[in-house]
Amino acid sequence: MAWQVDGLYFLLTAVSAFFTLLIFVLILVFAIKYRRSVHPHPVQIEGSLPLELTWTLIPLGICMIFFAWGSLIYFQEARAPKGAMEVYAVAKQWMWKFEYEGGQRDINQLHVPVDRDVKMIMSSQDAIHSFYVPAFRIKADVLPGRYTQTWFHPTKVGTYHLFCAEYCGTEHSGMIGDVIVMEPAAYQAWMSGGGNSGTLAQNGAQLFQQLGCATCHRFDTQGRGPNLAGIFSKPVSLDDGRTVVADENYIRESILNPGAKIVSGFKPIMPTFQGQVSEENLMALVAYIKSLSQPGQKASASSQTPAPEAPGVQ
Amino acid sequence: MATAVQTVERENYLNANYGIKSWLLTTDHKRIAILYLISITAMFWIGGFFAMLIRLELLTPAGDLVSSDTYNKLFTMHGIVMVFFFLIPSVPAVLGNFLIPLMVGAKDLAFPRVNLLSWYLYMIGGATALVAMISGGVDTGWTFYTPFSTTYSNTHVIGAAIGIFIAGFSSILTGLNFIITIHRMRAPGLTWRRLPLFCWSNYAAAIIMILGTPVVAVTLLLVALERAFHIGVFNPQLGGDPLLFQHLFWFYSHPAVYIMILPGMGVISEIIACFSRKRVFGYEFVALASIAIAVLGFLVWAHHMFVAGISVYAALVFSLLSYLVAIPSAVKIFNWTATLYKGSIQYNTPMLYAFGFMGLFTIGGLTGVFLASLGVDVHVTDTYFVVAHFHYVMVGGMVMAYMAGLHFWWPKMTGRMYPEAWAKLSALLVFVGFNTTFFPQFLLGYMGSPRRYHAYPPEFQVLNVLSTAGASILAVGYVLPMIYFLWSLRYGEPAGPNPWNAVGLEWMTPSPPPTFNFDETPVVTWEAYDYEHQPQEEVTVGH
Repeated sequence: MAWQVDGLYFLLTAVSAFFTLLIFVLILVFAIKYRRSVHPHPVQIEGSLPLELTWTLIPLGICMIFFAWGSLIYFQEARAPKGAMEVYAVAKQWMWKFEYEGGQRDINQLHVPVDRDVKMIMSSQDAIHSFYVPAFRIKADVLPGRYTQTWFHPTKVGTYHLFCAEYCGTEHSGMIGDVIVMEPAAYQAWMSGGGNSGTLAQNGAQLFQQLGCATCHRFDTQGRGPNLAGIFSKPVSLDDGRTVVADENYIRESILNPGAKIVSGFKPIMPTFQGQVSEENLMALVAYIKSLSQPGQKASASSQTPAPEAPGVQ
Repeated sequence: MATAVQTVERENYLNANYGIKSWLLTTDHKRIAILYLISITAMFWIGGFFAMLIRLELLTPAGDLVSSDTYNKLFTMHGIVMVFFFLIPSVPAVLGNFLIPLMVGAKDLAFPRVNLLSWYLYMIGGATALVAMISGGVDTGWTFYTPFSTTYSNTHVIGAAIGIFIAGFSSILTGLNFIITIHRMRAPGLTWRRLPLFCWSNYAAAIIMILGTPVVAVTLLLVALERAFHIGVFNPQLGGDPLLFQHLFWFYSHPAVYIMILPGMGVISEIIACFSRKRVFGYEFVALASIAIAVLGFLVWAHHMFVAGISVYAALVFSLLSYLVAIPSAVKIFNWTATLYKGSIQYNTPMLYAFGFMGLFTIGGLTGVFLASLGVDVHVTDTYFVVAHFHYVMVGGMVMAYMAGLHFWWPKMTGRMYPEAWAKLSALLVFVGFNTTFFPQFLLGYMGSPRRYHAYPPEFQVLNVLSTAGASILAVGYVLPMIYFLWSLRYGEPAGPNPWNAVGLEWMTPSPPPTFNFDETPVVTWEAYDYEHQPQEEVTVGH
């Protein structure tokens, strides 16, 4: 992706440099050639429709090329390829907390293997922050109260700057970290080091029991709440006739504000969990519900299937 | 000049009466313009002082000169003062106030008392914001993004918001006054197609002022209310939506850029015509481009939010519209350049500033095209690239135009010439200083240096040092005019009614103009910029 951004950037620079030079040179040439001392009698010219059309339509045409290319890049950036490994991030004043599918946690350091698609699912605990890795040419604001996403595909082992790019208060400029891109073997070693208590989805499954979700959301048709197995990323019909896709934001909203979207055929009886579940636990619950949609209902954090071919970063 | 002595001694708006009361209770648009000139100049130096501290702090990568809280307050207050209390009022409230009645051949604006009220509102708003700054400051950034501003900041957000809220009404009233004056009070024969482009562009800016300003005023009021009473509008924990704030804020604050730049473009049209001694090339297209910018400018606000979490389809539409708004600006630049062709060009200070404007605004505008491009914006938004871009537009464009206009009409306002040689030096210093300050910031931005950082990684230091060095040249370039303008009030050569031999009703009355502008209402039988029928004579004063 990065080479595409750079390509467009350099084309923009070249075209801009051309027009800037054109204007500078014309001003200079006219200013010297038609200076008062050698050209005392100006020639009055009303204007020229063909010229006006020329310098309206040509820049417009050039702009449309930029528009199309810029939008293509943006669309690719907006949708993570299937099979991307997922990392959950919680931003807060003034640190980044990362949680991997395997249950490992990181602060201000994001460890990723080289040559894999990495999808970030992010939320903020307080103000708006922004996840910015200049080397990957990506940036996405991290908002309180919802998930935002971005993805990247590192192609070179190394350590890269991670910045918070949305001003967030006193230590905004200290809310920085590193993205550490590792060889797959080194990444495996790092992943298995350090004791962790189960994968993110397993933690979510525990919470699912502890919070009493399982009483109503049973895995049969007898529950007072919808059966959650297999719902992730599928359309859900609501009782007001609308259909929504059960994505991360939908699950989050249904936990915190269950009355907002009632599934068709169910009663609005679920209590809110606003203020009772931390951002991290919410993410674990989301990961668990997502894992219910995977074959064998197993969180496959450490699956080593090679990533599908995707446009490379850098 | 033979007429000069008589001109200075004649009764005019400056010597019609004396005393502080005659100024504070004046309804004369020219005196109100002078009141604005003094107030916004004070604001410019306050904002400039903050800028100087920011640049000094950024000399070194570590945050060592001031604390991070202080730094955050500095860039916030720099932004608030410069945007709301200097740039937005600058050309309209000073030059527009002074010139629009003169240019349309009227005695005053349509509502002289409302005009005075607008200055008082500006002063009350400015004082409120300054009190908030002195009593502890604000640290939200001039953009007041929620929920940081409504919940997490511990500074004087409400005071600053109320100050801007009040000053907003000053802007609305000025806009209203301009629109009605231009519609209703044009001299006989002064048709729309004969109207100076300065009036056209202030008219376009006035439309934005009255349509856009109420939105930002109400938005900031909501910020104050959420902060004070925890009503849930913007904070998701209270049931609000943080992006709603950004939509409302930019709905005004993007068009506000055009409030700043359009009147500046008007200044440039006047000056280029005068010093090329030519009709402005494609007058109708330049005039209509102003209106097109005002209209399209309202439809591009979400290009500030491409990474904020808006839908990809919304981003697509706003990107397309942002490209479209670039076109009328390009049309203006091309027409001004074409105006020079086969002209008879003289390099007086206003013209040098106008050249500077054309060059810098071209760069500012083209880098705006970078930012309209979705894929590139994702990388460079919220970095120094954006900082450089809007300084090229607002300082390289707008402040250059304001300086150009100030020099051009200074003889009209004061009856005195400024010293030309010093003025040329200052124009040169401003141009060089400006580019040295802000061009490196484009590079910093592309390298990924985020904005609003108190401390930064060491690899960005070289460009930051360059930027600070440029800022000190720029500062000298701005201090010089301050000195020689004041000097000229007493020692400047008397100007005469028309020192530039320019076309336009404002040049057909003495300098400074009498209180009621014209001895008898002028009748216009010529087009704007009718330099063909203006006798060709060398500009002799001011050398």
